[in-house]
Order: sequence, then structure tokens, then C-alpha cells
Amino acid sequence: MTLIDKDIIANKRSGRQTRNSILKWLFFLCTMFGLMVLIMLIADTVADGWDSLDMEFLTNFNSSRAESAGFYGAIIGSLWLMVVTAPVAIVLSVGTALYLEEYAPKNKFTEFIKINISNLAGVPSVVFGLLGLAMFVRALALGNSVLAAGLTLALMILPVIVVASQEAIRTVPASVREASIGMGATKWQTVSKIILPAAIPGIITGIILALSRALGETAPLVVIGVPTTLLVTPNSFLDSFQAMPMQIYSWVKMPNEEFQYIAAAGIIIMLVVLLLMNSAAIFIRNKFSKRY
Amino acid sequence: MSNNKIREQVVENTRNKSNTFERIIPIILLVITLVSIVATIGILYTLISQSFEFFSRVPITEFLLSTTWQPYVGDGEWGIWALIMGTMKIVVIAAIVAIPIGLGAAIYLSEYASDKVRRLIKPILEVLAGIPTVVYGFFAINFVNPILQSIYDGFGLYNAVSAGLVVGVMIIPMIASLSEDAMSSVPASMREGSLGMGATRLETAVRVVIPAAFSGIIASFVLAISRAIGETMIVSIAAGSTPNASFDVTEPLQTMTGFIVQITSGDAAFGTNLYYSLFAVGMALFVMTLIMNIISSWLTNRFKEEY
Repeated sequence: MTLIDKDIIANKRSGRQTRNSILKWLFFLCTMFGLMVLIMLIADTVADGWDSLDMEFLTNFNSSRAESAGFYGAIIGSLWLMVVTAPVAIVLSVGTALYLEEYAPKNKFTEFIKINISNLAGVPSVVFGLLGLAMFVRALALGNSVLAAGLTLALMILPVIVVASQEAIRTVPASVREASIGMGATKWQTVSKIILPAAIPGIITGIILALSRALGETAPLVVIGVPTTLLVTPNSFLDSFQAMPMQIYSWVKMPNEEFQYIAAAGIIIMLVVLLLMNSAAIFIRNKFSKRY
Repeated sequence: MSNNKIREQVVENTRNKSNTFERIIPIILLVITLVSIVATIGILYTLISQSFEFFSRVPITEFLLSTTWQPYVGDGEWGIWALIMGTMKIVVIAAIVAIPIGLGAAIYLSEYASDKVRRLIKPILEVLAGIPTVVYGFFAINFVNPILQSIYDGFGLYNAVSAGLVVGVMIIPMIASLSEDAMSSVPASMREGSLGMGATRLETAVRVVIPAAFSGIIASFVLAISRAIGETMIVSIAAGSTPNASFDVTEPLQTMTGFIVQITSGDAAFGTNLYYSLFAVGMALFVMTLIMNIISSWLTNRFKEEY
């Protein structure tokens, strides 16, 4: 007499195993969905924009005629924008991260600052645009200048860099810190000569990723009123400027089909820049991150 | 004796020299840190003061109760429900796409994939998350919408579905990576216990890992929906600029963010109702996303305490 009917068990098991392997493939497809969309997006953009992509496109200013419209003003404008955004954002966020990780006492106020920063990270970019419009453009009378837009974007990416820097600083082991203090180094000597150098690859990765987000951000620039048809590049931080995402947006909104092709060409340029920045970030993260 | 004196001298010198410096550094860093508080106060002050001006001109009851948003007709009709309905249509469509796919990807990455596969796929999700939304907008109107129109010719040039689908694609990486984080932090012993009892990976994922990581997973949904509410460029490009409170997804619509972009890219003359309405809508947007972010971080923290 057999107490266990092996056939029934094998039957039940095979059903469960089949379900498992079917769903495994379904989950795998979900994972690949992103890649498929990415490929379609890039293929569609390149197919639309490739023919418009030439030296003229890179060296001409924008124009009301699609065949002579170029990206030059937008490229230079975006560079100017980064010249303001990068240093402001870096000083503010790395300073904040150092304070929170190394100096801040453990109390309610510090906790409040941390909560505030994580909430700031969730504020929609268009709301940062409204802040820029009311504060920098109107109240401080900076107009739609490089400075107004740069400061707005710097505030927008601040939480991103703070969080990345905090994580990088936290990975520096306590033993290294204690060794430095034990050798008689002061707090600031420890922070500036031991902790910062050890955390810098992680911090730089965070900075590059945040700047690439700022570079592609459109909504705050629209709200601030960044122009799309300038025929000059800025000479100072108080001049108005154009920017790559803003230019692309204005072309996409054109009813004329010709402009869709140059919008695609603009997107190719912008994606190449962003891809280079992202690769640099990943390279730095993998190459220079110290293991303790 | 003289040796000791020199030592004292050295100690005193280094202390004096570094002491002021050492004391100033934390103060400088604290001042820098306070900028983030100033930014929050700036946002709140801007939104509240300008909305206050708006509500001194337009009754708040009209704003909150009416379903007609007609800023250009006469003094305008300001019922924000028309814009909120637009936002909701986009969010629902985005969630229908993003939640199953994002969760499926998270299950695969956390329960099935080897370390090697995970290391290959995660950067792809990062790249997808890093694509500027204006590019997604272009994709929605020039790639997704023509496909939709070829399937059903009721779709216009601007509609909720093309914009909603692409917003969904945009938030997939967020759901996938945050849910994966939540599932990966379920202790291996629980997973091994289930597998050891003879459960398949699927049964382990569905009956053990997901229930254990549930609040973290829900937190990722809430955060992603908050991101979808605040999404601006995709809807500005692909959803149109016609506020309406209908449920029809083939019609053009306008979201809260879309309205802000439409008005600011034209000229909202300073001091008009239209100008102040920007901040009232911004305030509504800010409050909605803030509530969702708070719920999300509350869920995440609750989850962390359990293990």
C-alpha cells in the first residue's frame, strides 16, 4: 500500500512549476519593457532628426524658417546656465551634506531640516519655476536672465545632490575618521583631508546626475519666460538666453511638420550630451569609488 | 624643562590658530544648510501671498466647487475641478501602465534575476529615468499618438491616452527601483524559509516577499503618482490645452501643470487675474504633491521599523 500517490503530487507540482516559469517570463518582459521603449524612442528620434543634423544646424541661430533654424544659441545658452547652476548648487548642497553628516547635533531642528530637504525633493519642477518667477524674475528684478534661471535650477537640484553627498559621506567608515582624530587632527582637518577626499567620487557622481537633470529641465524655464528666438548669445549673467530643452519645446509646439524634424535633431544633440554626462558619472562611480 | 615648554608652545599655537577657524566652519555650513529652509519658505510665501491676492478677486468657493475653467471669457470662470479632472485622467492612465509593469520588473529584479543581470538592467532604468520630459513629450505626440490614431480614429491630435501612456513610461523606473529596494530589504531568511518549505519562487514572491514589503511597495506607487501629478512637459505637448471635467479620454484636456505652462509661455501680464491664478493653481498642485509625498515617506518609515 502506498500512502503517497506520487502521480498526484507530480501533477500538482508541475502546475505550480509551469505557473512559476510563465510568470517569470512575464516579469522579465516587464523588465525589458523599459529597454524596448528606450530603443523605440531613440530610433524614432534619429529617424526624424538625422537629415537635419549638419554643421549649419550647430552654428545657426534659431529662425522662423525650418531649413535655416539652428541650435547654436540654445547650446551656448545652456552652457551659460550651467556656469551659474553648477557652482551655486555644488557649494550649497555639499555644504549642507557636510553639516548634516558631520556637524549637526542630533535634535529636532536637524530632523526638521532633513524632512524639509526630502519634501523639497518632491516639489514639482514647475512650482520651482513659480518661485523663480515671483522671487528672482520679479522681486529681485533679474528678469528672464541667466542668473534668475540658474539660481532656480540650482535650488531645484539641491536636494538631489544633498542626498547623494550624504550617502557618499556615510560610506566613509568610522575607523578612518577615528584614526584621523586619534592622530591629533582637528575636526575640520579630518573632514577636509580625510572624509571629503574619500567621499568625492560619490559626490561627483551625484553632482553630474543632478546637473544632467537640470540641463534637460524645461518647465521652470518656460515659467520664468526664457525666450526662444534670440539672435545673440548672452554677454553677462544678467542677459537673457536660450536653452536646449526650451528650444526643443518651442519647435515641438510648431504646427509645421518641418519643425518636428529639427526638434528631433535638437533632441539628438541634447541626448548625446546627457549620455556623455551619465557615462562619466557611471565611470567615476565604478573607477574611483574606494573600498574600505 | 625647556623641552616641555616647547611642547606646550606647539600645542598652544596649533590650538589658537585652528580654534577660530574650527569654530567658524560649522557656522558657515549651518548658514549654507539654512538655504534649503529659505527655499521652502520662499515657495510657501510666494504661493500663499499670490494665491491670497487671487482669492481676494475670485471667491474661493468658485475655485473649489465650480467645474468650469474659462480664464479668457470676461473676468474668467475659475473652477479648478476642470484642471484636476485633467490631471486625474492622466494619472489614472499612467498608473494603469506603470504599476503592473513597474511591479513586475521589481519582482523580476529582486526575486529572479542574478546579480549579473541586475547590474546590467539597473543602468538602463537609470537612463530611462534620466531622459528629459520634453523628449518624452516629443515621443508621445510623434510616435505614440499616430499609433493610437491608427488603432481608433476617434483620437485627436491631443488626447489623454497618448500623454497618460508616456507619463506611465516615465514613472516605471521609479516604481521598479523603489519597489525593488523594498523587496530586497525583506530578510533572506524569510525567503529561504518559504523556498525550503517547497514553495516556488512565484509563491514566495506573492505570499511572502510582497506582503512583507507591502508598505514600501505602496510608498513607491504613491511617490510615482505624485511625480505624475507634477509632470509638466509631456502633458503640455501631448494632452492639449482645453480644460474640461469630462471622463472622455479621446478629447484634449488641460492639467494643472499644463495650465501654468500655457499661461507663462504666452504673456500673463503682471497684476491680472490670470497672473495670480498661476499661483492659486500652483498652490493646489503643491498641496496635492506634498500630501502624497508625506504619505509615501510615512509608509516607508513604518516599513523600516518592522525589520
